Amino acid sequence: MSDHEYTPKSNFGKWFNDRLPLLTLANHLTDYPTPKNLNYWWTFGGILTFCLVTQIVTGLVLAMHYIAHADMAFDSVEHIMRDVNYGWLIRYIHANGASMFFLAVYIHIFRSLFYGSYKAPREIIWIIGIIIYLLMMAAAFMGYVLPWGQMSFWGATVITNLFSAIPLVGEGIVTWLWGGYSVDNPTLTRFFTLHYLIPFLILGLVVLHIWALHVPGNNNPIGIDVKKPSKDTVPFHPYIVIKDAFALLMFMIVFAFFVFYTPNILGHADNYIEANPLVTPAHIVPEWYLLPFYAILRSVPDKLMGVIAMLSAIFILAALPWLDTSKIRSAVFRPLYRQFYWILVADVLILGYVGAMPAEGLYLLIARVATAYYFLHFLVILPILGFKERTLPVPLSITEPVLGGSSNLAAARDDSRLEKLK
Amino acid sequence: MSKKKTERRDFLFTATAAVGAVGVGATVWPMIDQMNPDASVKALASTEVDVSSVNPGKTITVLWRGKPVFIRRRTQDEINEAKAVKLKDLKHPEKDEDRAKNPEWLVMLGVCTHLGCVPLDQKGDYNGWFCPCHGSHYDISGRIRKGPAPTNMEIPKYEFVNANTIKIG
Repeated sequence: MSDHEYTPKSNFGKWFNDRLPLLTLANHLTDYPTPKNLNYWWTFGGILTFCLVTQIVTGLVLAMHYIAHADMAFDSVEHIMRDVNYGWLIRYIHANGASMFFLAVYIHIFRSLFYGSYKAPREIIWIIGIIIYLLMMAAAFMGYVLPWGQMSFWGATVITNLFSAIPLVGEGIVTWLWGGYSVDNPTLTRFFTLHYLIPFLILGLVVLHIWALHVPGNNNPIGIDVKKPSKDTVPFHPYIVIKDAFALLMFMIVFAFFVFYTPNILGHADNYIEANPLVTPAHIVPEWYLLPFYAILRSVPDKLMGVIAMLSAIFILAALPWLDTSKIRSAVFRPLYRQFYWILVADVLILGYVGAMPAEGLYLLIARVATAYYFLHFLVILPILGFKERTLPVPLSITEPVLGGSSNLAAARDDSRLEKLK
Repeated sequence: MSKKKTERRDFLFTATAAVGAVGVGATVWPMIDQMNPDASVKALASTEVDVSSVNPGKTITVLWRGKPVFIRRRTQDEINEAKAVKLKDLKHPEKDEDRAKNPEWLVMLGVCTHLGCVPLDQKGDYNGWFCPCHGSHYDISGRIRKGPAPTNMEIPKYEFVNANTIKIG
């Protein structure tokens, strides 16, 4: 892991480090050579770590007051909101924290898509990231069930019923997941257990994600391999730490805005009605961060094929390092990919929008076109683009465009201006 | 001699692996099976419903095994309509006679076969039920006519205990 040998200064440090090299690890993390041209899109890794810790801490506290029982869960959440000291604050941080977590993860993922961070030699980092994303969706879904409101109950019913699409064993699997013949108390208690477990699995995977990152080092906006340490890198501390901290503060302003000013805007009013197995709300929609996949599910008129399409939309991301055949990482030097990238961004946003609308008429048509394009992007456009696209010349180092080439002209112009002043 | 020794080892490896696999299986199965419906859930298997107060053209909903069951007293028009449908027009062909033994009473699980929502009564394009979740339309016999649901709404096991009482389950 470490790029150079490290010896602690104090005798105790030496003694300790020989037995458990924690100080070597700490030194690696501080000195870790980071490309000096990282922009603010690279600060979301740190922001995501903050989100995970926030969810674990607030979740731990909420679990001290929450009761995982079909008869008491709804009331215990209201008890948290009304009676528990600062319970409203802790719950609103946890509920909005889930949305903030997904907001950050989507920026993080689309950053990777733009700068080609998933390409060799970073495929394992990317795949671990996709597993983390899947676990995040599982955790968010199960967490949403816990307040036992109408959306909780019917969301749980719809999502668990996705498994009934599996031929032959589907119904058996659903009964097994439920622990009964419908979503009920046994379902709630097991969801609570898993909701508690998954964040710690994510934490473990985050360690692997960062470990795998520290082997090749960070990708960067121009997407070239960087010699480390060299003129192209800066030590992680203090340079990146300060930049990450500043970005985190900006992010926390947005976070705090939701928590204190519009804590329920990302939720659904129906979830303040206690779960009722006899009445389905007129319009059920998942949380915003799952809407694009929900739109894909609904756009296919066949049950099994709809479920397959939805799952493929997620798993196709894991194959991305091999679907994208271009050797150039960064979209900065790929003029065509850059355009398709923004079309994909728009496509996903459109899917999210129609996912929230009723599945009929024009909305359904748009959802079908957008779904088809989503798969077209990954399965046809990306593989072909790698062979057809004429990419722009890539600089040899991060420093080159600054010291040589075009920026020299700017420097020369500055000089001439100085001459005039004289 | 040495060949014989290898065969003995092979046997021991295979036997160890086989016993190990059985042991792991026997240990893991209780962990998996504990999630299946327990004895208390299974005990709530049947429900009796008094239907004397249901007028023609009305549906009541009762809870059975945590799921809604629709009991509709159909009018003569509705029965005629259900019987007039040609089997070839159906995605999941079933005769109305097979779904409602006593044509006046339609007893079925009020659970959409798509993803398990409760369809709304007297809605949709076929005067039957309409599922608000993903837009499945059912006819007055509870058969799927349009939308993503793959099959007709399920008919549970039920019987008339007497003229006014239905036992479900």
